Amino acid sequence: MVKKIQGNDPSYLEYKGRFKGIFGWIFSTDHKRIGLLYLYSIGTFFIVGAILGLLMKFELIAPGKTIMDAKTYNGIFTLHGITMIFLIVIPGIPAILGNFFLPIMIGAKDVAFPRLNLLSWWVYIFGAAVAISSQFLGDGPPDTGWTFYAPYSFKTTTNMLPAVLGAFILGFSSILTGLNFIVTIHRMRAPGMNWLRMPLFPWTLYGTAWIQLLATPIVGITLLMIVAERTLHIGFFDPTLGGDPVLYQHLFWIYSHPAVYIMILPAMGIISEILPTFARKPIFGYKAIVISTMLIAFIGYFVWGHHMFTAGMSGTAQFAFSFLTFLVAIPSAIKVFNWLATLYKGSIQLKTPFFWAASFLFVFLIGGLSGLVLGALAINVHVHDTTFVVAHFHFIVFGGVGFAFMAAIHYWFPKMFGHMYDEGWADTGWVVFFTGFLFLYFPMFILGIKGMPRRYFDYVEEFHGLNIVSSLGAFLMIFGLALVIINLIRSARHGKPASMNPWGGVTLEWQIPSPPPLENFEEIPVITKEPYDFSEVKPS
Amino acid sequence: MSTETKTHIVKYKTYFFVLLALLLMTFISVAITSIDLGGLAIVGALLLATIKSSLVLWFFMHLKYENVMFRVMIGFVLFIFLAVMIVTFLDYGFQR
Amino acid sequence: MWLFIFTELLFFGGLFIVYSVYRFKNPVAFHLAAEELNTSIGTMNTVILLISSMTVAMSITAVQLRQKSRAIFLLSATIILAIIFMINKYFEWSGKFGHGIYPGSEKLAELGTGEVLFFGLYFAMTGLHAFHIIIGVIILTIMLLKVMNSTLNAGYYVQLENGGLYWHLVDLIWIFLFPLFYLIA
Repeated sequence: MVKKIQGNDPSYLEYKGRFKGIFGWIFSTDHKRIGLLYLYSIGTFFIVGAILGLLMKFELIAPGKTIMDAKTYNGIFTLHGITMIFLIVIPGIPAILGNFFLPIMIGAKDVAFPRLNLLSWWVYIFGAAVAISSQFLGDGPPDTGWTFYAPYSFKTTTNMLPAVLGAFILGFSSILTGLNFIVTIHRMRAPGMNWLRMPLFPWTLYGTAWIQLLATPIVGITLLMIVAERTLHIGFFDPTLGGDPVLYQHLFWIYSHPAVYIMILPAMGIISEILPTFARKPIFGYKAIVISTMLIAFIGYFVWGHHMFTAGMSGTAQFAFSFLTFLVAIPSAIKVFNWLATLYKGSIQLKTPFFWAASFLFVFLIGGLSGLVLGALAINVHVHDTTFVVAHFHFIVFGGVGFAFMAAIHYWFPKMFGHMYDEGWADTGWVVFFTGFLFLYFPMFILGIKGMPRRYFDYVEEFHGLNIVSSLGAFLMIFGLALVIINLIRSARHGKPASMNPWGGVTLEWQIPSPPPLENFEEIPVITKEPYDFSEVKPS
Repeated sequence: MSTETKTHIVKYKTYFFVLLALLLMTFISVAITSIDLGGLAIVGALLLATIKSSLVLWFFMHLKYENVMFRVMIGFVLFIFLAVMIVTFLDYGFQR
Repeated sequence: MWLFIFTELLFFGGLFIVYSVYRFKNPVAFHLAAEELNTSIGTMNTVILLISSMTVAMSITAVQLRQKSRAIFLLSATIILAIIFMINKYFEWSGKFGHGIYPGSEKLAELGTGEVLFFGLYFAMTGLHAFHIIIGVIILTIMLLKVMNSTLNAGYYVQLENGGLYWHLVDLIWIFLFPLFYLIA
């Protein structure tokens, strides 16, 4: 048990340190404030990315030019991808919630390198600025898609350099965060918290941190090669000079596939925290989940070729990648099974975080299964580069990471801000959002099988009906999103005051005040029990 | 990131002998590649490079005196790198 | 620092992957192109870096044994060796540029696609490596100043160890660059 603070120490929100006002935030080395800095910046970029997506759906509501021409559309989907992937989902959960809660959940006062942590955020902002500048400089917004495929990426006259260099800089932010988390988890766990007493969210952050550390440098050097190709005509990917554009794809996906595990592993960790709390039951198969986490991280390094089945790889490679892709699905499936088993015979509390977590299970399953469809070579030939792929990754990334993030933000909201959100509006927002989401993305599976290509601003008349459904779904979803976000923003200041443990959670963050004081714990706790023991705790 | 509980001091002599071994292997690599052994020469040179790197890691970089955990981590990182390279060659090595 | 070293290994690793793929596809061209490089300078540079690794490692022993002037000597020697390396590299590169061999040059394109790839990789990898040498020199100089004003001493020298690790990394990369570019002729 952690000694309760008497209410004398100011919370991290009110604490006054060396710097005043806004400088007290942007120069803060407190992991909680840094987590919020990421929340506000990533949240802002998310709204931009969502608006870009909305513009795309406006265009696609009818065949032919609706509100923009092809070149503009290319620029929009490129920026949408760059924003969502590099600015939001890759940093996302680790930078916001990992920063805020990792030290607390392992019983530490902060991360191992607080100043490096602040640097990570500044590098992130700098990288984002450089990437966004690509929209406004002389030669026009990049139009290659977020994947920057060669040879077009070095032939196009648009502003590729700021986009590519921006992504390069953002990579450093990711690497530094990963490094910080690995050291934090190795060195700063509270006494008595051996590895197998660590909760599951920190475990996923650990696996993720290794991927951040080891995979990001490869895309770093690949992006630099594109810069060298554009500026020096070095010839690595230029067929006229002997280079191989497919090699670019290899190098790009050697990072970008593990990158999706950077996205999803922390999300899975969140679900592993939330379901036990709202079923009032220990997680089923803790060790299996730990092992599955590490297996996903490990096998995930070797499946990248499934993005390239139609690029001209050898038959051997295609076969190997397809096989490995099916293999990596197994630990994910184990996790889904364990999550469901956790709910079985549990005492379910029907609260907002639970709704988001339960809908996560649904969309993650659909997204994952569609991944298997894509991993099957013969089918892939038919659906590669169609909206089937678009549906797949939106289900699994937006559905997976997005829903888990929503679950987590509602779960941890009282702890972070000391106020409770309005449950009525939150649940309404969830219903509207979820409904819109399904109408937006499910038709894309059907359209893809019927042959509608992705990244096209136009399509044949036979696809019109489903596109209308999809675009209307987008409008509904955005409306739901607005309800959710406005509710959270308002409740941060005006919501009912929150107690220390509104949900009856058993991990360490629920044993400190809401919101926490600067150094989290008055005394570092000593851990004597397994992490998911619900026998003594009730919501308070 | 430091584990300064142990203060093992490595003797100058040790470093010097490691350097001699490294220089010797360097000259051997130059020698064997100047003879026409075909593909084998470069294999030999890379093998020597691997041994040289191991010496640098083990002695100069103190891996011999550090916690086992670091050796495991390096082994893991090298494994991932080599595995990625091998998988890449599943494409290039088997093209029709 | 080890964790940071892993990122550097993977960073250069990407270029090593590119090298191995293109070498595999263009064995003859790589062999011919490598003959343009001067094995003696390459060997000399290898020797220089190996010695510099020894001197920086020894400087840690010197600090641990409270032999401050010896530590200063060893660190200075490391820095000087690094600078000599860079001077050699400068001559090598300017020699190539003088012959019209540089990324994107017409002369290079005329030689053939395999040669273009070889020299593209040569300039990219030795260039990136040289950039890391420059950073290393800056780090070592800071270490030298700290030893001189006793901020680094027998009770606290972890920064020197980390700086040393960085330097050995630079050496490790060269240990592999050397045979792959200079010894395949």
